[in-house]
Amino acid sequence: MSELRFDDVTVRYGRTAAVDGVSLAVPPGAVVGLVGESGSGKSTLARAAVGLAPIAGGRITLGGVPVPARGRSRPLQMVFQDPYSSLDPRMTVGASVAEAMPPGGSRADRRAEVERLLELVHLNPACAGAVPARLSGGQRQRVALARALAARPRVIVADEITSALDVSVQGAVLNLVRELQRELGLSMLFISHNLAVVRYVASHVAVMRRGRLVEQGPAARVLTEPGHEYTRELLAAVPGRTTRRSRP
Amino acid sequence: MQGRWTRVVRTPLGLTATVLVVAVVALAVLGPVLWGSGAGAVDTDAILAPPSAEHLAGTDNLGRDILLRVLVATRLSIVLALLAITIAVVCGLVLGSAPFVLGRRSGRLLAAGVNIAVAFPGLLLALFFAVVFGVGATGAVLAIGLAGAPAFARLTQTLVAGVVARDYVAAAQAMGIGRLRILVRHVLPNIAEPLVVNATIGAGSALLSFTGLSFLGLGVQSPSYDWGRLLYDGIATIYVNAAAALVPGAAVLLAGLAFNLFGESVAKGLGVPAGIGLGAVVPGRRAVPVDAPAPAGRTAAADRPSDVVLDVRDLEVTVPGPAGPVRPVRGVSFDVRRGEAIGIVGESGSGKSMTALAITRLLAGRGRVDAARLEFLGQDLLAPDTAVRRRTLGTTLAMVFQDPMTAFNPTRRIGAQLAEVATHHQGMTRRAAAARAVDRLAAVRIPDAPARVRQYPHEFSGGMRQRAMIGMGLMGSPALIVADEPTTALDVTVQQQVLDLLTAIRRADDVALVLISHDVTVVGEVCDRILVMYAGRIVEDLPAADLVTAARHPYTRALVDAVPDMTTDLAEPLATIPGRPVDPADVPRGCAYADRCPLAGARCRAEDPPLVAGPDGPPGHRVACWHAGEPLPAPAGRDYDELVESP
Amino acid sequence: MSATFIAPNPPAGPAGTRLRSRPWARFAVRRLRRLLISLWVLVTVSFAMIHLIPGDPVRGALGPTAPAELVEAQRHALGLDDPIVVQYLHYLKGLATGDLGTSLVSRLPVADVVAQRLPATLVLAVLAFLVAVAVAVPLGVVTGVLTRRGHGRRTELAFTTTSIIVATIPDFLLGVALVYVFGIELGWLPVAGNDTAPAYVLPVFSLAIGPAVILARIIRVEMVGVLEADFVRTARAKRLPARTIYAGHALPNAVTAALTVGGLLLSALVAGTVLVENVFAWPGLGSTIVRSILTKDYPVVQAIVLVYGVGVLITNLAVDVALALLDPRSKIRED
Repeated sequence: MSELRFDDVTVRYGRTAAVDGVSLAVPPGAVVGLVGESGSGKSTLARAAVGLAPIAGGRITLGGVPVPARGRSRPLQMVFQDPYSSLDPRMTVGASVAEAMPPGGSRADRRAEVERLLELVHLNPACAGAVPARLSGGQRQRVALARALAARPRVIVADEITSALDVSVQGAVLNLVRELQRELGLSMLFISHNLAVVRYVASHVAVMRRGRLVEQGPAARVLTEPGHEYTRELLAAVPGRTTRRSRP
Repeated sequence: MQGRWTRVVRTPLGLTATVLVVAVVALAVLGPVLWGSGAGAVDTDAILAPPSAEHLAGTDNLGRDILLRVLVATRLSIVLALLAITIAVVCGLVLGSAPFVLGRRSGRLLAAGVNIAVAFPGLLLALFFAVVFGVGATGAVLAIGLAGAPAFARLTQTLVAGVVARDYVAAAQAMGIGRLRILVRHVLPNIAEPLVVNATIGAGSALLSFTGLSFLGLGVQSPSYDWGRLLYDGIATIYVNAAAALVPGAAVLLAGLAFNLFGESVAKGLGVPAGIGLGAVVPGRRAVPVDAPAPAGRTAAADRPSDVVLDVRDLEVTVPGPAGPVRPVRGVSFDVRRGEAIGIVGESGSGKSMTALAITRLLAGRGRVDAARLEFLGQDLLAPDTAVRRRTLGTTLAMVFQDPMTAFNPTRRIGAQLAEVATHHQGMTRRAAAARAVDRLAAVRIPDAPARVRQYPHEFSGGMRQRAMIGMGLMGSPALIVADEPTTALDVTVQQQVLDLLTAIRRADDVALVLISHDVTVVGEVCDRILVMYAGRIVEDLPAADLVTAARHPYTRALVDAVPDMTTDLAEPLATIPGRPVDPADVPRGCAYADRCPLAGARCRAEDPPLVAGPDGPPGHRVACWHAGEPLPAPAGRDYDELVESP
Repeated sequence: MSATFIAPNPPAGPAGTRLRSRPWARFAVRRLRRLLISLWVLVTVSFAMIHLIPGDPVRGALGPTAPAELVEAQRHALGLDDPIVVQYLHYLKGLATGDLGTSLVSRLPVADVVAQRLPATLVLAVLAFLVAVAVAVPLGVVTGVLTRRGHGRRTELAFTTTSIIVATIPDFLLGVALVYVFGIELGWLPVAGNDTAPAYVLPVFSLAIGPAVILARIIRVEMVGVLEADFVRTARAKRLPARTIYAGHALPNAVTAALTVGGLLLSALVAGTVLVENVFAWPGLGSTIVRSILTKDYPVVQAIVLVYGVGVLITNLAVDVALALLDPRSKIRED
């Protein structure tokens, strides 16, 4: 396992810098939570990591080597926010997962691997033949996780993977993320606007605002003794925190 | 797949079009075989004869039978049109999908070229190419094919762009799959349907354009003839034998229509589910509470405390569905008192937003509302709309919607949209209304309100728009604000400001609030009382203070436990609710939650529990559960989440 | 508490003048750039036309039996024996000075031919456009309101079917049918030329009816869509009278959305004059271009293609400006 590092990364859209000189490390086997509001650049950073957004400055390395943005070997995989857009509606679940697997292996091997991955995300392997339309949002998100795992990544980037889900389903996906991290020792960059969700899955937390990183550190420290004014503001805005305060 | 295509044929229009297309194609195949020699037979005795029994459409200047020639010309006309549309589709497909394969720079150049070309009408391009390729059938095929290419390129571009924006393409790119392969595996299969439909419609247009060119003398040349050529010849003799022009014209029209109608009905058949109609809705009835006995002591009007702002009894909403009427709200009863804040929580599909639209009578045309009672400030909202009621509601009932980006009219200034309320309902002059709009924006703490009223919605940030929306409700003097997911689209810090603003307004003017949200923590923070909805019913009605500690319905408890907050135990897994929410079109017998409930027994599956206060609980805490308050069993281990057939 | 109410989002402060003046300038620059590029492409393409013709266009025009000296003289007259760059520059210079060359057939300056023929076409197109809009807007709005979600399924079916059928009828076929019915059978209206006011009726009608129906269809669809929009629900939540909701909130948005397609339709209408003019022997550019194509009078064809092209560009520009005026978002829209 190796460390994912962002060194002074800048991403520009036209004249505006969506990500502005961000340096961040995802240690092996750790889940780093990246929080921030919409437009803070956290999703752009994620897309840059997997080569979906061109970087204008800095470098992104994995174990000291630049992350490849071309070719078939992609050690970084991403899971997207919208489960209704992230699976090809015309492809069966099994085909979607198999497509991400490295080339090679017999047909039977590949099928066995698909089944293993589906079991890993708690889906009945029999659903490999189903099209996404038959799956619920939570199930689709688990297929997306299985697809990401199929590419045998060293790091997974999860971009707001629970924010489009109903609360009753969100819990199951979060439990799965924690379980995969524990059992597979997976490194993960976990992006969310929800501090409580990040607190639940991440060991480290980084806070972004307007393209810049304003604070990072161990989750326990950042969320209990925030060093930056903006982090404090975010924490104060978490609903439920103020329940006692505003009640007479 | 198969079912959708048969559905196309089942509509009367689709059937007609299909029959016509089949007939035209059969004629194209058989026409020259059957009548080829007859159509060429010269009869010098009957030159330019008018229609007669022998020649139904008369003859041309060589005495040849017009009708036979029209029938025989089918093949050439159709073949040329199909050739032309093939050229158009192939060129368009290549031009339209090339930008994706080529990548940013050259792609943009190509797209710009297509954009310029598509602005020029097809006929103009066809004339241009006709000059280049020369007069004649070959030239005309190339001309019409190439002239149609930009439109197909643009269509392909748009369709490709739509698919490429989907995350599955991004995922494939992140996997390192090449662009050409992505195009073939992911993009083309997903745009094939609209392309085929448009190509069918295009075939009809190509046929008509071809006729146009031939009509101008630029298409098929003698001695070959297609419908356009026959029309061209017929026009010359229109005063002698009008049928010589009218019959080929009618043939063109019929064939063109066949392709167009076929394409249109396929498009319709594939796009929208058939069979939706309000005719299927059950006849409306007023107030027959059968399955939901109203809670004791709360029915008679005399018992109602005078400070009730909104009184809802046995509210039902029925909307038409593909398989008969669906009832997303099934007997909801509650009241809201002056200054009280009620929260309605539930997952998507629980009927909470439908309830909000129903109690404010904004459902308009989307379904019908039945209730034993629906009163706002003592006014019966079930009665027909009148100007007086509009005025009352316009000034005393405020709405805040979920998406502040779309809730304002994008083409009008914010100030005008606020002022409208005052000019219509409060009889204010424009000037006074505008001044009040400034005042109200300032009241919802929008900085620099005098300048802001002159701006358009897109110049406001999301949070500001939502505050302006609240300000719009404050143009009158509201007794109730109904807010449907007002902060779901907002960032957390902005969400907090909006919630604080709603709380402040409520406190200051004793305004009642109905806050609808999927987020238990949000309603728990803002509201006094919480209604938990599941499958179109209220399953628990409890004081907000009891939500975390004293909820009695297993659904409410699971909902609270499933959401992590800043104090969640990191060592424990989160609670989950197995299965899927109930489909409103297929609500099971008994308790709707039974299938997902760890406590469910035989009675739950047979009898729907009423919403009642517990025997030992406080009267303000009602719950609809046969096993209310029983301890929940420990969550099951890791098992599969079974696939559920979607509706 | 009030401290938390200060908007943290960037567009704060008196943004008025800054937001209003600059976007218009940017819009004008962007639009002008696009117009110039399109114009250059158009001019180049019309220049290239004669060079794209396979084989020898002069030989093709004069026929295989023409003497070699005549072909050579003609080629020289057209400037075709110069290097292509020189020809191109010559062509651009000619355009700049209003010199469009000389007709091979009539030997008249092409500019004079165009000037003489253009007004008739222009009048026909403008009249047809006005009629189309005057029919389409009320028809589209009314059917849109009648068939809004949950209403008028039968009306919708009838309207859609009728409109598809009517829109399929090409203008020249409609023209032929009208000539037959009103000109030949009934003898009510003249069927050729543009000498009298009644002579305008049939050409304008046959040109306008197709676009009118298509435009009405688009407006209906937009209207139905807009009536479903959140802001219309907001307007209903304000309890405004129906008339205000339809005319004040829905219509401007529906028309704005329909305008983009309407622009394409208008350009198609300009081109549609070619066929209709040929049906009614209308003394405009359309009948001239067809005759010139058949007689291989390339300078005339080139010039008329250019004129039609410029007409299309102007139409598009007008639509874009109208959109920018009607829709406040488009001013600052980047494309």
